[in-house]
Amino acid sequence: MNPATVLLLARLGRAALYALTALIVLGICYGLWILDYGVIFQYFGRLLVGAVLTIELVAISVLIGFCIALPTALMRVSTNPWLRYPAYAYIFYFRGTPLLVQIFFIYHGLGQLDLIRDGILWPIFKEAYWCVLIAFTLNTAAYSAEILRGAIQAVPRGEIEAARAIGMSKALAYRRIILPRALRIGLPAYGNEIVLMLKGSALASTITLLDLTGMARTIIARTYTPVEIFLAAGLIYIVINYAFAYGWTRIERRVNRYLAPPA
Amino acid sequence: MKRTALALIAAILVSGPALAADKLRLGTEGAYPPFNQIDPNGKLIGFDVDIGNALCEKMNMECEWVTQDWDGIIPGLLAKKYDVIIASMSITDERKRAVDFTERYYSNSLRYISKKGSGLDPKNLKGKAIGAQRATIAGQYLEDNLTGVVDIKLYDTQEAAYLDLEAGRVDGVLGDMLVNYEWLNSDAGEGFEFVGEAFNRSDVIGIALRKGNEELREKINKAIAEIREDGTYAKINAKYFPFDIY
Repeated sequence: MNPATVLLLARLGRAALYALTALIVLGICYGLWILDYGVIFQYFGRLLVGAVLTIELVAISVLIGFCIALPTALMRVSTNPWLRYPAYAYIFYFRGTPLLVQIFFIYHGLGQLDLIRDGILWPIFKEAYWCVLIAFTLNTAAYSAEILRGAIQAVPRGEIEAARAIGMSKALAYRRIILPRALRIGLPAYGNEIVLMLKGSALASTITLLDLTGMARTIIARTYTPVEIFLAAGLIYIVINYAFAYGWTRIERRVNRYLAPPA
Repeated sequence: MKRTALALIAAILVSGPALAADKLRLGTEGAYPPFNQIDPNGKLIGFDVDIGNALCEKMNMECEWVTQDWDGIIPGLLAKKYDVIIASMSITDERKRAVDFTERYYSNSLRYISKKGSGLDPKNLKGKAIGAQRATIAGQYLEDNLTGVVDIKLYDTQEAAYLDLEAGRVDGVLGDMLVNYEWLNSDAGEGFEFVGEAFNRSDVIGIALRKGNEELREKINKAIAEIREDGTYAKINAKYFPFDIY
């Protein structure tokens, strides 16, 4: 091809790219312009009520989930097969299946069994709230356990050997050296898991709970303004996530400050 | 070469909508027996589907069914995923602000169902858990009239509400009388019954279209009148209910 033609084509291509970008920006501006902001203000309070439930669900399941994850991770790194394999199976199952399936299994599946329905635990399984909490907790515990396992195994061998060399027992070494180090190492990955959990919590809306997403969908059922309401709900999710991420980064920096380059 | 390709793309972009224009796309939910549901072979069946097909035949139009979850069904129409909604949609003022409706093609009312012998009293529901489908007349009736009095549970599909009634998570379900009738007659509905009288009898069901589509609306209205007249409607009706639901 003639170099002049190539040059011309390149310029045409670039011009087309600019035109396309301008068109997309204009489209977004137009979209934002024609939105019905009144409906966002009118229902913002109800969306916040939903956001509170979302935060509550995630906070409780992450807290209990961590309490389950710690012993599970210790079992998972144990050399005793009777401890290792049950933990392995649990993590394998909950990481290998979708959260939605786990929620449906606990809510709809167990609700079908007479054994559960006539059992003493029915008052718990009857409520969508508890079913979601159980599903979220077991799910996040499995992921957290795997993060912790990785972190424990990432503790430098030399530090463990040093601990043992000065006469610490295995348990003492875990308590004083391995776990504190592992928690610091796993902190960034664990923060990620909590953010993922917060977004995954939208699935609570599939079994009648009015979390942020459930509330948004119920409002849209009235107003038929999905763009406005989902936009508002999305913004609330972003604010929650960034507020959390900001706090988490501060904690990370504080507990890992010995790793930072000297000022 | 490049120019030919561009011309081709332009031609496709321009002709796409034109090609689709004489094909009418009908939107429905596919989870609302006996009106619209998907049979085990994946085929769309039901009263709405039969009516829609009969109307298309009368109007001499080629039709194509599109399924869409209920709470996104009006946004889907507005986004032109389909041209009309034939999905047992009640004609309400709230919906009329978003879409136009044809004349009715059947009428409905609301009625509670609950476990046989449960003694559920629709006049005194305080503290009871009542289920309904989200974004329906029944769901809005509960929200408007019984918020704070009963524990309202809103489901994505009518079937999910029935599942929880069977499981005992809700004391009763409020829904369209005809749909409840169908469910009570199914195997799953054994052991459950209507409680109280049917109410909200002015509930009429129409076909929804995007606003300003007057020509199509008139055409469908005419077709509805025709199938009422020539007995097609009665034949379809008899397939599902032993009484006239128009």
